[in-house]
Amino acid sequence: MAENTMLDLRNIHKSFFIGTPNEFEVLHGLNFTVKEGEFVSIVGQSGSGKSTLMNIIGALDRPTSGEYSLDGIDIEKAKDHELSALRNKKIGFVFQTYNLIARTSALKNVELPMMYAGMGRAERTERAKMLLEQVEMTDRMMHKPDELSGGQKQRVAIARAMANDPAIILADEPTGALDSATGRLIMDIFHKLHEEQGKTIVLITHSPELSRETERIITLKDGSIIGESAGSWTGLKEKEGE
Amino acid sequence: MLFTENVLVALSGLKANIMRSLLTMLGIIIGIASVIAIMTVGNSITLIVNSTMQGLGANNIQVAIMQKTDDEGEESGMNYGGYARDLTDEDLITKDMLKALTDEYKDDIKYVMLTEQVGDYYSTSKVSQNGKDAKVQIVGYNKDYMEFNDKEVLGGRSFITQDYKEGKAVCMVSDKLVERLYKGDNDAVIGTEIEVVSDDGTFNDFYVVGVYKYVAESLSFGESDNPKTEVLVPLNTARKINHTANKGFEYFMLVTSVNTDNNTFVTKVRDFFNVNFYSRNDAFEIAAVSMDSMMDSLNTMISMIKLALSVIAGISLVVGGIGVMNIMLVSITERTKEIGTRKALGATNASIRLQFITESVVICVIGGIIGIVLGVGLGILAVKLMGYDAVVSVSSVVIAVGFSMAIGIFFGYYPANKAAKLNPIDALRYE
Repeated sequence: MAENTMLDLRNIHKSFFIGTPNEFEVLHGLNFTVKEGEFVSIVGQSGSGKSTLMNIIGALDRPTSGEYSLDGIDIEKAKDHELSALRNKKIGFVFQTYNLIARTSALKNVELPMMYAGMGRAERTERAKMLLEQVEMTDRMMHKPDELSGGQKQRVAIARAMANDPAIILADEPTGALDSATGRLIMDIFHKLHEEQGKTIVLITHSPELSRETERIITLKDGSIIGESAGSWTGLKEKEGE
Repeated sequence: MLFTENVLVALSGLKANIMRSLLTMLGIIIGIASVIAIMTVGNSITLIVNSTMQGLGANNIQVAIMQKTDDEGEESGMNYGGYARDLTDEDLITKDMLKALTDEYKDDIKYVMLTEQVGDYYSTSKVSQNGKDAKVQIVGYNKDYMEFNDKEVLGGRSFITQDYKEGKAVCMVSDKLVERLYKGDNDAVIGTEIEVVSDDGTFNDFYVVGVYKYVAESLSFGESDNPKTEVLVPLNTARKINHTANKGFEYFMLVTSVNTDNNTFVTKVRDFFNVNFYSRNDAFEIAAVSMDSMMDSLNTMISMIKLALSVIAGISLVVGGIGVMNIMLVSITERTKEIGTRKALGATNASIRLQFITESVVICVIGGIIGIVLGVGLGILAVKLMGYDAVVSVSSVVIAVGFSMAIGIFFGYYPANKAAKLNPIDALRYE
């Protein structure tokens, strides 16, 4: 694995105004980095600030102060349309609630980020088909989201996250709405992407059990990092061998 | 690329809510349909009126005696139209005046057309033969009038100079009359004497010299199988019957030569009479109008009516546009999460805005097209019911499409901009 730094967060503060003069600080100066090819989890209870942190990592929001660079690009200085382009090309989102576009086929959903990136029709259709094949959704690619099960939807969402070959995949409770067997399947897809394609993955979860599957665990409590530990994951292949 | 994608997304959205989409479009459909229908009817009427007036002669100038308008009276509002007294024989246009006019403007005047009918226009005289009646009206024309009008002679001859001068009791009858009373045999009537009996029982005998081809008035509604046709007689013949042979005229028409500008010549004619002959007349003066200017003012009037009606119909377009805006706002609220997702996937504000404006334009254009089809259909139906050929103006159809697009953009912009400005975090979290 290369040792390039993918995410670099320094002294990140985030406050919300809840009526002047009160200011409510959610994140109290976070520092951490994620290297290229790492599979990192950010774990914390609800109210720990992990959603706020995810929004900042995902370039959906800007920190109140501090420095954040994603793949070498400074986020806090970027303009709105630059953030859009950044989300489009550098980040692949996987949401707990899948967030597929209704009334649009799985294929079109996967094509969407490529369309916003300005890729030609034939090229993006071809790539979308390839990505859906990777998550074993080829036979259902013309189906609309309401014709798919939760696990199938999440697989489409992962294919969509991979559309523009992003620098990181940002997964927010990706198994939160799935039963444990399906959740297992989804986690295996992440492991496969990490191990076979060397993808950088940041997993945000409230579940310590799930976080132990990753290489490194960043534990968040009340807006501060209270600990970093190595995960106990020993690799997809070994597990399959058990 | 993004555009076709947006159109497809919009269409699938409309398909998913067919009832809602149709109701939303209704305002646009009604608005566009009524504007197009009004335009179609208006344009058809303009064309009919113009061709009719062209038929009457666009080169004509009509000269008539008119009540003097009393300026002071009008200002004080005491004297309605300045009506002073009835027309007397002394007020009429005499032959000497006409001679003076033609001498003065030799080069401009081609024909001086004089006509006088026997009995009034609404009375009906009849000719009886073989147990059948034909409705007629005796009308006298001078030589200039007959030459200018140039009715097609189907049998016999037209009048000769002697007929005009002496006011001989000769006439020409229409082919319709011959058809009805003489089974279409012109020779059976030419050279015979016919008796024209009027409503009040008076009768006049004429020697038939010719048969002319009857042409229906283009503004008449439908064609009767027994139309009232004219029995043409020389002007002086008619004046003899009316006992007006030594009187003047209330009205005449001028046909000018090709090089004469009617708009200025009208003024010259009016001034010629009023300065030379009517300056001392206490109640009457001469008015002259050209067909050109009458046609212009009539066309202006029709255009104004068309515009006024279109504006009223256009109000429903605005109401329709507000309906579209309303439904777009609902649609955006429903799809807040989708907007958030699209933004997370890299959609810029501009592309979100474009998506929703496209959607609103698609609604309006589809509504507009349905409206055009309905409007053209209604317009053609209305014109046909009036008995004319409809003229669909292509420009109004093009304008309607353009206008519905403009409504889509105008009323779509606010909701689309609202969607574009949504905060992605709030939009993603929206349930």
